[in-house]
Amino acid sequence: MSSKLHVALVAVGTFNPPTNAHLRIFELAKDHLHKLGSFSVLGGIISPVHDAYGKKDLAPAVHRLEMCQRSVSSSSWISVSDWEVTRPGWSRTRTTLNFYESYLNSLLSSNEIPPMWASHIVGSAKEEEAEKLNVKLVCGADLLESFAIPNLWLDEDIDHIVGHHGMVVISRAGSCPEKFIYDSDALTQNKNNIFLVTEWITNEISSTKIRRALQRKESVKYLIQDSVIDYVNENRLYVVRSFRNGQSSSVPIIQLGISQSTSMDKI
Amino acid sequence: MSSKPHVALVAVGAFNPPTNAHLKIFELAKDHLHKLGSFSVLGGIISPVHDAYGKKDLAPAVHRLEMCQRSVSSSSWISVSDWEVTRPGWSRTRATLNSYESCLNSLLSSNEIPPMWASHIVCSTKEEEAEKLNVKLVCGADLLEYFAIPNLWLDEDIDHIAGHHEMVVISRAGYCPEKFIYDLDALTPNKNNVFLVNEWITNEISSTKIR
Repeated sequence: MSSKLHVALVAVGTFNPPTNAHLRIFELAKDHLHKLGSFSVLGGIISPVHDAYGKKDLAPAVHRLEMCQRSVSSSSWISVSDWEVTRPGWSRTRTTLNFYESYLNSLLSSNEIPPMWASHIVGSAKEEEAEKLNVKLVCGADLLESFAIPNLWLDEDIDHIVGHHGMVVISRAGSCPEKFIYDSDALTQNKNNIFLVTEWITNEISSTKIRRALQRKESVKYLIQDSVIDYVNENRLYVVRSFRNGQSSSVPIIQLGISQSTSMDKI
Repeated sequence: MSSKPHVALVAVGAFNPPTNAHLKIFELAKDHLHKLGSFSVLGGIISPVHDAYGKKDLAPAVHRLEMCQRSVSSSSWISVSDWEVTRPGWSRTRATLNSYESCLNSLLSSNEIPPMWASHIVCSTKEEEAEKLNVKLVCGADLLEYFAIPNLWLDEDIDHIAGHHEMVVISRAGYCPEKFIYDLDALTPNKNNVFLVNEWITNEISSTKIR
């Protein structure tokens, strides 16, 4: 039995569309945790947000799920979960992480057949004789920084996400997430649970830029998976803007959606 | 018959290993030339440099060729040429570009079976009933900076590459290729032949970082 802490990495977001950058953050997070020596990453989960999130240009969940599936088809350890999109409405991130952690842990101690998105993790956990696992949130620095936006997150949710689950935050060379943590009491208290990873091989691929390129009929090859390009073309996604006020791609994704602090949890 | 000038894009370099950034520059160059409205890009060629180039950590040509082949397997228009690696020694870029241009043009007017790396270009050219094509060098802005290193390039070569072939230079936001052109006497007269393309979806993938 391994004495390492067993971890599943979960990424939340719109994945509108999923890009190579989304996939890279998993690779960077896993490498980082493994190099620390005390973790064993059992698997990764892409958890696309519910359609009710209401962001403009948000492709329907059925498309986003399929694009995510295609994106991970060449990955041996990342899967796509339809949990969020099949809830009655939108779920707070804290609730989502809690669900994955408790459900995965219950599968470890039962003989229930796991859903597809959980099967790799459960398989690995059993191989490593893991008795329990911890779900960590993997994300870009923009999500970490969105914690500072007033009324966007409940303080108790931030505490729970960083305190109980932990986060692996990928940021690009030149940015300074340490300062952001320093500026926040809640984050500083839990800073040992926030793993900061620098992506030295910087890329500025974002779903917003991909959608823009598609609208302008520019090539996105080598920025998102080929099979996702095919899907976008076959289903004519992102060819038309639904609004034209040019929201800056520097605005954090979370800010444009429903506030995490409104109680819309219907579970 | 298309009235647009027909172009083949050639990228030279070590490709040690080939990365997504190498492949992106082709896509960016093609989009740019097509949007100008006055070019038809018939194909792209990755031309890995000869082993004699002697760069530290250079993987043998047989490996670099295979990695390049795998990199373009999903591309409908880019191929890999073994021309440079099969010469007796290292070739100047100008000589390489010249060879591709004359070989491709002679294939256009003959019934000779083209070598694998040329077949897509030759077919497309014949489809578009093009009588001749021009080979342009596609590269990142770092190559432009190499031009400035004393004694590394012959001025007449720079002049020929920029003047006759023309160049499509991909640079990332924050770089200033215009200044390089301005600083280099050999390039300034040819500045209209150097197409500058900004890569807004920046990436800093390099073969060095991959190694």
